[in-house]
Amino acid sequence: MARTIIPFGPQHPVLPEPLHVKLVVEDEIVQEAIPALGYVHRGLEKLAEIRDYHQMIQVVERVCGICSNIHSMCYCQGIEEIMGIEVPRRAEYLRTIWSELHRMHSHLLWLGLFADAFGFEALFMQFWRIRERIMDINEATTGSRVITSVNVVGGVRQDLTPEMCSWILSEVDTAVKEIKEIQNTILSDYTVCARTKGVGVLTKEQAYDFGAAGPTLRGSGVASDMRLLKYAAFDKIDFEPIVEPDGDCYARSTVRFRETLQSADLVKQAIAGLPQGDIAAPCKGNPEGEIITRVEQPRGECLYYIKGSGKKFLDRVRIRTPTFANIPPLLAMLPNCELADVPVIILSIDPCISCTER
Amino acid sequence: MLNMTPTVLKNLLSKSSTRMYPIEKREPFERYRGELFNNIDECIFCKKCQMKCPSQCITVTKDKDSGTGTWICDPFACIYCSICVDHCPTGSLYMKPVHRAPSAERDMMEQTGKIKPPKKKAKAKK
Repeated sequence: MARTIIPFGPQHPVLPEPLHVKLVVEDEIVQEAIPALGYVHRGLEKLAEIRDYHQMIQVVERVCGICSNIHSMCYCQGIEEIMGIEVPRRAEYLRTIWSELHRMHSHLLWLGLFADAFGFEALFMQFWRIRERIMDINEATTGSRVITSVNVVGGVRQDLTPEMCSWILSEVDTAVKEIKEIQNTILSDYTVCARTKGVGVLTKEQAYDFGAAGPTLRGSGVASDMRLLKYAAFDKIDFEPIVEPDGDCYARSTVRFRETLQSADLVKQAIAGLPQGDIAAPCKGNPEGEIITRVEQPRGECLYYIKGSGKKFLDRVRIRTPTFANIPPLLAMLPNCELADVPVIILSIDPCISCTER
Repeated sequence: MLNMTPTVLKNLLSKSSTRMYPIEKREPFERYRGELFNNIDECIFCKKCQMKCPSQCITVTKDKDSGTGTWICDPFACIYCSICVDHCPTGSLYMKPVHRAPSAERDMMEQTGKIKPPKKKAKAKK
């Protein structure tokens, strides 16, 4: 049988963002996948030359349209460490609350998109309806649904009132109850299992060798989570990474589903332990030195390299995002799968292309 | 298939989770950053908002001959981060919790006001 090259993307119904993969197909079986990126490159790292290090917070927030708060948190942590600023405990807890809320809404978004990828529109709607609760919390507490703009160098800009805390707890509880109602559908439905179990298998060794990150890595049985580095308030919060051993699409979706419930628990723990005090430390001077900071984003490990030379403009900001790390493992998953399974496999790494290209 | 049935039945019997938007509107949240305004009578044209703005959408000019200052904001370039509101020394900048209406034309927000003498000098004159 002759080989055919079928282009997948950059425009495809299941893709929220433009990723192009050339699929070399023989008898509807994928033999090889060649990725092509560069459709949404915006040059955000270059902006460090004309925006000062405070203004860069708003720039790095726009690297990703889903996990914006975690990007700015990672950047601020880096600058604070260079300048030796001690962040107030309350600010660290607030950052943790917002970052976990972001993880929740990102995973709910993905679970919906994943259901859409195998053609389960009703489930997609259910997940996105639950997600609205989290978006409302973001809007009411920070002033914006996605791009929260709460992080500043030295702390946060907004505080939570006791009424807000109790409202967040009740909303999160309702969301958890609603998620558990559709737990059986996403985890044990016959059609869902038929489309995801044993599809796109990535073994533990492959995941480690190709440098997978986040739920893709944990779905293959490696217990790696940057929250174990104890940044922000994670040193005082009970936390265990969620691991599934199978390495197929089902394992990756289970990891994300369980992480959604875990994030709800982390939000509750952070609110319970929220200390009193200031929400921001004063910040004077300019950063001088270089640093690497890492945080766990919904999609995996995110790494920031920041270099400053005592001027208000930084010399270099380098961002390594989790989807960039997950593309080589994706290329290892695709060969020998059926053409019809390609959308499910590509979605299973939770691709965020605007993150990857920045 | 059967797993989803209770949810489907529940949805059939419960009320719709969406709103008839233009007719029925939700109350905005208090902290929502909807639209930026400048109370020009209180503005001292110090250019702090212009310097702090991450999207560089604010331009402040002073005309000493006529004694007036102009505050111009491009609402289509504004990212509604409210950094300028935080840094405004007189509190003349503020945000309304209702978002901007769509517009077919790209227009600028331009406001002109009188430059007030600094407070210390005004006191000295008295």
